[in-house]
Amino acid sequence: MSQLPVVVIGSGLAGYTVVRELRRLDSAVPITLLSADHGGFYSKPMLSNALATGKTPDSILSTSSEQMSGQLGITVQPYTRVDTLDVAANNVYFENGTQLTYSRLVLALGADPIRLPIPGNGADDILSINDLDDYRRFRESLENKRHVAILGAGLIGCEFANDLVAKGYQVSIFDLSPQPLGRLLPSEAGHFFREKLSAAGVKFLLGTTVEKISKENGYYHLYYKGGGVVQADMVLSAIGLKPRTDLAVAAGIQINRGIVVDRYLQSSIQNIYALGDCAEVAGRVLPFILPISHAGRALAATIAGNPTLLRYPAMPVMVKTPACPAVISPPDPGAEGEWKIKTVENGMKALYQDEAGNLHGFALLGTATNERNALVALLPPVLA
Amino acid sequence: MTTESNQDYYRYMCMICGFIYDEAEGWPQDGIPAGTRWEDVPMNWTCPECGARKEDFEMVKM
Repeated sequence: MSQLPVVVIGSGLAGYTVVRELRRLDSAVPITLLSADHGGFYSKPMLSNALATGKTPDSILSTSSEQMSGQLGITVQPYTRVDTLDVAANNVYFENGTQLTYSRLVLALGADPIRLPIPGNGADDILSINDLDDYRRFRESLENKRHVAILGAGLIGCEFANDLVAKGYQVSIFDLSPQPLGRLLPSEAGHFFREKLSAAGVKFLLGTTVEKISKENGYYHLYYKGGGVVQADMVLSAIGLKPRTDLAVAAGIQINRGIVVDRYLQSSIQNIYALGDCAEVAGRVLPFILPISHAGRALAATIAGNPTLLRYPAMPVMVKTPACPAVISPPDPGAEGEWKIKTVENGMKALYQDEAGNLHGFALLGTATNERNALVALLPPVLA
Repeated sequence: MTTESNQDYYRYMCMICGFIYDEAEGWPQDGIPAGTRWEDVPMNWTCPECGARKEDFEMVKM
């Protein structure tokens, strides 16, 4: 009787981390990985500094789906889009009508870039980048362009802005917040970060929003609140991610912002799990590398028969902006305390401490990033 | 102290996030002095940027 496979939907870091770890723990269990795209393995963080590091979309795709299936002894089905789930019969139905029965199902669906409804005939051309195929389109359309407008001065927007100016492109970056990395940094640190990137050539338009994008003679005119206009020859949107939950909703699986899972990454349906950008664990959606690595390892152990509670230590976020490298561990929203800012030689150290002096978060900019290891050790775990 | 200056130092890239470990520079923040060969980097050392294990690194040829 052939054993039913563990089926994983999604070939991003989350999907491949679970599959690699599960295979390490169990060399026999059949595993099938379903991918809507090429199904190869690549590092998404490498996309936002690929220009400066001289990488091309092809060189970023480090391992093809064939190589991954060979190395791991798994079945990989690229260009395979799932249509619906039958959670009662443990079946996955594909768009071509065929089906696959699973023993356990892992939803590693990722997230979609949030798209703001912006009026104007140029809005349809807005690009966003959340996977290698998006990035390939971005690089192809970057040919013979000079000025890129970016919507959103968060982590991804700032990394792309820095990567572009480092290669001589003009960059204008918009955000509603009065500072870049608005949600991650206290204002003094946001100001410091902005100055460094401005010095590198990034033009910030903050505390405003783009109200219309019209396309005239091959250029995009971005009309922004406050009456100004910026002319660019490409528009990139990086304003955040929305977890992909449609497949779960249609199958009656509980969602909130993401697919709701418990500390074992189990969804509201007993043998269906979720992790990564599409999942919500303990009320949080953490679309970052470290949380995904921890979740992937815990889930693989659980599926291999050793139920393992997900734990998150402190997990600082690395912002790869060479003009002002940053390592940030935002305090828990509920944490009592205040920011204490210290300027150092070509850097800034911001510590979030309570009255007793306990550390709850930090933001290290420039040279201060070398204090990371010492400070991480003092932080409380994100999920004990 | 055997000097290996004639032999080149190699670089290893984390396949998860792209962080580069350069043998010539080591990683002093984690107590790994410059010139430390990849095989001499402690087994439990993890990628400073994403926590990946040593096995997730590959030698960079360029």
